Amino acid sequence: MAKLKSLLDLEELRKSIVAARDPSKLCITICSGTGCHAYASEKVAEAFSSEIEQRGLSGKIDLRRTGCHGFCERGPIVVIFPDEICYLSVKPEDVSEIVSETLIHKKIVERLLYVGDDGKPISNENDIPFYKSQIRIVFGDNRLIDPQSIEDYLALGGYAALAKALFEMTPEEVIEVIKKSNLRGRGGGGFPAGIKWETTRNAPGDAKYVIVNADEGDPGAYMDRSLLEGNPHSVLEGLIIGAYAIGANQGYVYVRQEYPLAVDNVSVAIDQMRELGLLGEKILGTGFDFDIIVHRGAGAFVSGESSALMTAIEGRVGEPRPKYVRTAVSGIHGRPSNLNNVETWANVPLIIKHGADWFRGVGTEGSKGTKIFSLVGKVKHTGLVEVPMGMPLREIIYDIGGGIRDNKKFKAVQTGGPSGGVIPESLLNLPVDFDELSKAGSMMGSGGMIVMDEDTCVVDVARYFLNFLADESCGKCIPCREGIQQMLVVLNRICEGNGTDDDLEILTDLGDMMRDCSLCALGQTAPNPVLSTIQYFREEYEEHIKNHRCPAGVCKELINYYIDPEKCQACMICMRNCPVGAIEGGKNIVHVIMQEKCTKCGTCLEVCPPRFSAVSKLSGVEIPEVAAGGIKVR
Amino acid sequence: MSTEERKGQDTSSRQTRGAVGDQRLESAAQPVAPAVEAAQQVELTINGQAVEAWEGMTLLQAAQSVGIFIPTLCHHKELSDYGACRLCSVEVIRGRRSRIVASCLYPVEDGIEVLTESEKVVKHRKTILELIQTRWPWVDKELLEKYGAQPGRFEEKTDFCILCGLCVRYCSEVKKADCLGFVGRGAQRQVVIYPERAIELCYKCDGGKMGCRSVCPTGTIPNEFAHTGPRFGKKLPLAYPVKSYNEDNAREVLQTVGDWRMPWVRSQTMPGK
Amino acid sequence: MIKLLKRWKESRTMEQDLTKVDEIVDKYESNDESLIQILLDIQNEYRWLSKPILSRVCDRLDIPLVRAYHIATFYKHFSLLPQGRHSVSVCLGTACHVRGANRLLDRVTQAIGIEPGQTTPDEKFTLNTVNCLGCCALGPAMVIDGEYRSNLGAKELAEIVAGAD
Repeated sequence: MAKLKSLLDLEELRKSIVAARDPSKLCITICSGTGCHAYASEKVAEAFSSEIEQRGLSGKIDLRRTGCHGFCERGPIVVIFPDEICYLSVKPEDVSEIVSETLIHKKIVERLLYVGDDGKPISNENDIPFYKSQIRIVFGDNRLIDPQSIEDYLALGGYAALAKALFEMTPEEVIEVIKKSNLRGRGGGGFPAGIKWETTRNAPGDAKYVIVNADEGDPGAYMDRSLLEGNPHSVLEGLIIGAYAIGANQGYVYVRQEYPLAVDNVSVAIDQMRELGLLGEKILGTGFDFDIIVHRGAGAFVSGESSALMTAIEGRVGEPRPKYVRTAVSGIHGRPSNLNNVETWANVPLIIKHGADWFRGVGTEGSKGTKIFSLVGKVKHTGLVEVPMGMPLREIIYDIGGGIRDNKKFKAVQTGGPSGGVIPESLLNLPVDFDELSKAGSMMGSGGMIVMDEDTCVVDVARYFLNFLADESCGKCIPCREGIQQMLVVLNRICEGNGTDDDLEILTDLGDMMRDCSLCALGQTAPNPVLSTIQYFREEYEEHIKNHRCPAGVCKELINYYIDPEKCQACMICMRNCPVGAIEGGKNIVHVIMQEKCTKCGTCLEVCPPRFSAVSKLSGVEIPEVAAGGIKVR
Repeated sequence: MSTEERKGQDTSSRQTRGAVGDQRLESAAQPVAPAVEAAQQVELTINGQAVEAWEGMTLLQAAQSVGIFIPTLCHHKELSDYGACRLCSVEVIRGRRSRIVASCLYPVEDGIEVLTESEKVVKHRKTILELIQTRWPWVDKELLEKYGAQPGRFEEKTDFCILCGLCVRYCSEVKKADCLGFVGRGAQRQVVIYPERAIELCYKCDGGKMGCRSVCPTGTIPNEFAHTGPRFGKKLPLAYPVKSYNEDNAREVLQTVGDWRMPWVRSQTMPGK
Repeated sequence: MIKLLKRWKESRTMEQDLTKVDEIVDKYESNDESLIQILLDIQNEYRWLSKPILSRVCDRLDIPLVRAYHIATFYKHFSLLPQGRHSVSVCLGTACHVRGANRLLDRVTQAIGIEPGQTTPDEKFTLNTVNCLGCCALGPAMVIDGEYRSNLGAKELAEIVAGAD
């Protein structure tokens, strides 16, 4: 394709692409995000490709590998256009049936459809309850485009916002629109993007930088990855608009190397943009020059902190710097640098295109627009969901997520990753809103939403997050480095049954000090999971400390597996499966677990046939003695 | 010199040199005027006292200029500000908002109120001192008493180095030699010596006295440089073993060599060993 | 003292082909800002960062060895020891954790015979833990040589270990 040298060139190209496409033509789209890749979606795609060729239908049917649809629980997802028939959990073996039934005979393969709670199958993707309550303004295009095709993006109206900004607005006007929209950072900080842009623009410096933070390190959150993999152009378009508004000529995309598909797709997108002249000198014939460098992370959560990220881009160790002078004023090489999260940048073209008022039409007073969450954990439908700000947590977990799996009881939902806290059932009506979540002792964070049920121990969860942070702390300042270690010592003590009465006070003292004195936000928010779980689940901590009991049956040192002699039928299944041979017994002799040998792996509980259900977990009680010589089965 | 002898011998001088800012306080009695003549004057209050300072000064400099004491550890006049120990934390009040900041880094601002001994600050300093004690038990007794720090409150590690970074910064910025450096992350962070450079440069540093040793508050850097190969740096490990190694024997060589370890080398002790 | 230095410099002759290192540094135009990118490419090529490699990179970029070592030990992806031919990573992300990632890890460590962070003596496997693979629906998830698997049992793991070369 020839370089675009003017607005007219761009519009001509778009027209020609759209004209060459037939919206009524059959098109098979296969979700090819990393999640579905893990479910072997590529094999499904190849199966379709060869099946279509075998049947001589190559010219009549398009095949498109798209970005992530979000319904990751039921991948691989195949959607057939133009009717948007949605097939879930498709395997390569299903392909020939789909081709003959749906594509040729126009019949639906019912067994691959989503079945609602009322038993009725749903064929159109948009009617599936998972999607119905969502407002997918940012994530929605993922399913329509091949991320490695700039034509797909252009066909949907891509880069029209860039053209509008370059040709119809001044940089200051762009900033005004973003300010008016009240777009707040989607990476966790929630800082108003417009104000950051303005500060960067006004700061003195011989050069300015704009940066995409794709270092998504929160465990359990993968929205940014799916956005960058599935629709890289939306993010990059936002970046160029921002660069124009701020007056930057160099941009960076900092991606973790653990996201190889995202690195690939973003690099391909950048190459395509350069080819078309959307990057480089004199973009679209204006005087604006801009180019982007992709910088890979190397495995450090702390390097996702904005000042640490900039230090890493300079080629030095990615440790945070004190932020008394904002990075918007002094960032990379001391120059004004504007850093925003992937999702924040992806919202920018939409705001420029549709206006600030359109964006403000969705959301609450303090938080406008939508937010993508990764709804994971013990919920029925795990995946990525995009909801309007202000939607109650209950609706997200139950209506969209389908409620708790295996009919268990809800316990808490953890938001904000390692910097956040837990929200108990009593607060489930809380709307997702930056300020509301902070008031409750948690935070929005980057969007991780981990649902926990009665089998989750919150003390163990707090310990889990501290272990994560201990591994990821850069170790520069004393409060974080030493504070996390000492908090871990205390939590390990509690989980092992050696907790003391002072422990909760020690945790609170350390937590307060870390919150106030740490150098960066990692240390400052490190106590949050601990303090938040103490706030809402103090009784569970006290059970561990005073009664040496783990109510959820998780903390290994506080539980024992026990075979009920009344229920055991001596089938020998658990005996055979025990990896350390800790079960004694035989045919007709009730099985007994030798507690000294038991490693608490839980295999016996998993394999005991449900009709016997003889194995149970005991905590905080004495294990009943077993008579010598074994008991015969009743 | 054994550990015990070294402890008994030098602790007194080390204690006073350690986490106390007295010496630097005396030399900083005069207000520090920045190099730029036309720098703006800034007015703030510290502990209720009105202080005049220049733009570009830090709160620590402003406080020291009027004789107010703030304890420091990783701060040094001649070295870049690091802000790692957080012992110099003070409370800054602007309007209705108050926050705790590191005074060695926070630039002076017009109209702020600084409290160097507020209730919060005292409480946090106590905890920080207790944490420092877990690595190095001989923290200045006066300082401990002043803030009510209790030894033994937290689990002890006693590996002597408190990671203040003064030696690394001194070697890098003043001597421009880079014989010492940090490795690792989090609690595995350590200061190590780079053998080739150390052999060539350290014995002539500061007339044989070794500058890093003179800034080290804890005496972790050995006071004589034993020129017997891998035996120097007994308390500070080497960045890599002196013995050469290749892909086949790397695992054996990089494990315990002599009496030191390299915990930041992943894939430690081989299974079965 | 000088004798020691000479003897030591002689002992440092190591046979490792560093041509690829030079190529990679050339690709980034010997720009020291790209140090982390350079080391990433080298780690993927050689499977470890030996001392001669780091020394060469520092010579070419004119930076102190201190900086390269700090970066090589700070980031998880780099290894100062040779890695195994097959990489096994178990996800310990929060979603996988609540779905029993620890028990999966126990089964994996038992099957391969090493702890996370270690490499088997025959350099067949390197076992690592990762903090989120981003396939939370597969939880508890793991990756073996780029292939994602979910909740493998002890038998399946034993088969995989036996079948790897």
